[in-house]
Amino acid sequence: MDLCVTGQVSFAAMSRLSLKVNGKVRTVDADPDCPLLYVLHDEEFRNPRFGCGLGQCGACTVIIGGRAVRSCQTPMKTAAGKDITTLEGLGTPGKPDRVQQAFIDAQAFQCGYCLNGWVMTTKALLDSNPRPTESQIRAAFEGLVCRCGSHVRILDAVRQLAGTRQA
Amino acid sequence: MQFGSSLEQGRRDMERSRREFIRDATGLVIGFSLIDTSLAPQVLAQRSTFPPGAPGRTVPAPDRLDGWLLINPAYGPGYLVQVFTGKVEIGMGVETALAQIIAEELDVPVDRVFFVMGDTAQTPDQGGVGGSTSISQGANPLRNAAALARAVLLRRASEELNVPVADLSVRDGVVTARTTNRTTSYSNLLTSLTDVPLRVTGQGFGLNVQGDAKPKSPADYTLVGTAVPRVDLPPKLTGTFSYITDVRIAGMLHGRVIRPAGVGAKLQRVDDSAAKSIAGYVRTVTKGDFVGVVAENEWAAIKAAKAVKVTWSAPLTVFSTHERLYDYLRTTPPKSSRDTLKRGEAAMAIAGAAKVVEATYEFPFQSHATMGPGCAVADVKADGVTTVWSGAQKPHAMQRAFAELLGVPLERVRVVWVEDSGSYGRAGFEDVACDAVLLSQAAGRPVRVQWMRDDMTAWGPKGPPVVSVMRAGLDAGGEVVGLEYTSYAFSGNEVNAVPQVAGNFLGAQLAGVPAVYGGDEFAEWSRMAPPYAFTNVLARAHLIAGFHPTASPLRSTHLRDPEGPAVSFAVESFIDELARAAGADPIEFRVKYYSEPRAKAVLEAAAEKAGWQRRGDPLVRRTTSGPDLNGPAVTGRGVSLGVRNGTYVATIADVEVNRRTGVVRVTRFVCAHDCGLVVNPDGLTRTIEANLMQSISRTLKEETTFDRSRVTSVDWPTYGIVRASDVPDAVDIVLVNRKDLPPGGAGEPSSRAIAAAIGSAIFDATGVRLRRVPFTPARVVAGLRG
Repeated sequence: MDLCVTGQVSFAAMSRLSLKVNGKVRTVDADPDCPLLYVLHDEEFRNPRFGCGLGQCGACTVIIGGRAVRSCQTPMKTAAGKDITTLEGLGTPGKPDRVQQAFIDAQAFQCGYCLNGWVMTTKALLDSNPRPTESQIRAAFEGLVCRCGSHVRILDAVRQLAGTRQA
Repeated sequence: MQFGSSLEQGRRDMERSRREFIRDATGLVIGFSLIDTSLAPQVLAQRSTFPPGAPGRTVPAPDRLDGWLLINPAYGPGYLVQVFTGKVEIGMGVETALAQIIAEELDVPVDRVFFVMGDTAQTPDQGGVGGSTSISQGANPLRNAAALARAVLLRRASEELNVPVADLSVRDGVVTARTTNRTTSYSNLLTSLTDVPLRVTGQGFGLNVQGDAKPKSPADYTLVGTAVPRVDLPPKLTGTFSYITDVRIAGMLHGRVIRPAGVGAKLQRVDDSAAKSIAGYVRTVTKGDFVGVVAENEWAAIKAAKAVKVTWSAPLTVFSTHERLYDYLRTTPPKSSRDTLKRGEAAMAIAGAAKVVEATYEFPFQSHATMGPGCAVADVKADGVTTVWSGAQKPHAMQRAFAELLGVPLERVRVVWVEDSGSYGRAGFEDVACDAVLLSQAAGRPVRVQWMRDDMTAWGPKGPPVVSVMRAGLDAGGEVVGLEYTSYAFSGNEVNAVPQVAGNFLGAQLAGVPAVYGGDEFAEWSRMAPPYAFTNVLARAHLIAGFHPTASPLRSTHLRDPEGPAVSFAVESFIDELARAAGADPIEFRVKYYSEPRAKAVLEAAAEKAGWQRRGDPLVRRTTSGPDLNGPAVTGRGVSLGVRNGTYVATIADVEVNRRTGVVRVTRFVCAHDCGLVVNPDGLTRTIEANLMQSISRTLKEETTFDRSRVTSVDWPTYGIVRASDVPDAVDIVLVNRKDLPPGGAGEPSSRAIAAAIGSAIFDATGVRLRRVPFTPARVVAGLRG
């Protein structure tokens, strides 16, 4: 098949920006308007996942300044220099973070593509409120999407962490 | 190379987790294509380095044991079992269940079993994933191959230990002679599995192999039937797992597609002058009405796809609009009709009945709306040697289709499956792979295409809408004397779920390849809902031609049990209506007309767990969770039965309906599930729970909307699904484990028994029968206002 090809290669100047992920600082060349998500992917932090690119699903969530934020809606000029935590910065397979462990114990996901959003949102929630109520948990999660429908076990895992039990 | 090196690496680093190792293997396979790209598929296919001396071959041979399974040394004195399967993991834990089945036959620990899945250069063609068959059918050749491998290993052990095979026992891969107490290990018997023939039968999902060894009796199982944790969840949760979106190839460009302005719009002009100032922009590719951009980095591709000015002709106005969809289906002359069940004289019996009940049920177009919107990488070389990385469910079929698309021999194309987000059918991951092939071919470099959200939700294929018209006659005693079921639907297979021809793909169709119609797939009772044994029955199915035969965003195909949820919604809701008309309890009513003991057993199990109170009296609002009857919230309870290919599911839904806002919340779900022998009770329970949530979503929220030319549900706000606030307070799964039966399908059956249970519960709560899915607040309020 012959394809009709149009257009030419071109390059424009990028900015050198400081990126601090999981405690390590590096310098990247990036468009200041580029969302953090794509720069993280280029730097091999790939667990913040592309789900919608619209801030609607939470799959790309990272923690900046203690808050769960959507890296697909955070431009590099905002993220540069800030302390960014990704899923890779929590625990390791040999030593999972307690949030990761709780989700493993609950066998909480089906495909797991969305899990980054749930784990990072849970982490931010518990760091600011160690014993959230059921309605606080659900409210924190209302902006997250799980297409497989793994919600039942996700909530169980978080209730376990929060030390609450459904009535 | 390939496994040799990955195993070497495994030996070097004994501390690494099992799944890290697997992921390294994936990385190596990916990396390998860089070494000699012109030969990659052929060389990779040979696997001649393991076991040493095995003859090279260009395609996996299902008639040889080592085409399925190898036992290889790794981790010092240990060994690992490498299994090559055409089945793939789509998020329901089948990898873990298959590992249990294989480990059971071989008497090895489950963590010794590693898979290569869905790689056309390495695995047999098992038809990929579909129809909830991965365990019920797909495990058969793996079980038989493992049983044969054990027999071969024991024969070798018998020679080595100088005792009869009957004297040997195996535990964790260590073979012990009972009489002499001498031992040997699988790791000492490694060369035994070459050149062992297998007898091949069937193909696709039904591909099976048998050797001269019988698998274990289920009575002897010690691993199958236990709650082995999912092998993939620790690496996924700790961020060491790679999905398809993580595949990176040296020299790779990033691509985005630009879809037409609406159905049938033709490309007029492309102006990329604005894109040329974007750092990293490479070029715009057009072929017919297919348009895409490629760039050196992802952000440049995203910006360029917006910056390129594309002029389209006015789209066709061939869609009915979603508001008029059901009228369109009912009034358009069918392209094809079929009687799917005929017994006695239904029309005559209804004409003579004391009471006639009629109702029409409607189920919308729904989108797969996968969590990741679709991603693939393709590397098309100038000589046609092509590698495609894709998360679609049927890699071997795609190999055939891409060979056709590129006009090259089959063996030049290799499709490597890498896990994507849960796809639940022919979701569009096939189409994004085609987009990547088209862009790589044009750009002359590997291209990674990431679909944006609307590429999936708006332009991905759809589950078909179904209208079901039902009529029944009851005699004076409440007996059903006749029943008619008539469906009007788009084909569930307009886009063939088996993507094995080039004309199957959206991108190819846009590029000018004639669309290939997948075939007639009817919305049929009794196959898609319980086969109640009424004396006089006529079930008739009409298929309506799709709105537009090519490159339509409303093309229909398989979405988790294509027409099953729609047909079961109609039949099971109508059964509830008939039970009420007859003054009967809906469970007793079902059992009366359907004598299958397994159906009765799941209904009774669900009723017992839920504390079902007999219903048959005039409507009584039950206040199980105690809302104020004078306030806006009322509660109700409904039941439904789902039957699919030998799997039986009964669900009981408790709902709370806010009469002011119309919001429905499922407060409790009880689901009794019998799919024969249970391989992994925990994994099965999780998959059923998740399917219940997804089915609540499809019942209460999901509807693809569209105007005359375009799909208008394009993202999460416009195609809403369940959120945390929709999660029931309790979900109780009751597994009916039939150890006397083979394991059956479990991915889809529970999606059949949801909508009717919720709809009947809403009726129980409010006296309003909703017959159009989804049960949105506006429809509930409209129903309450009469």
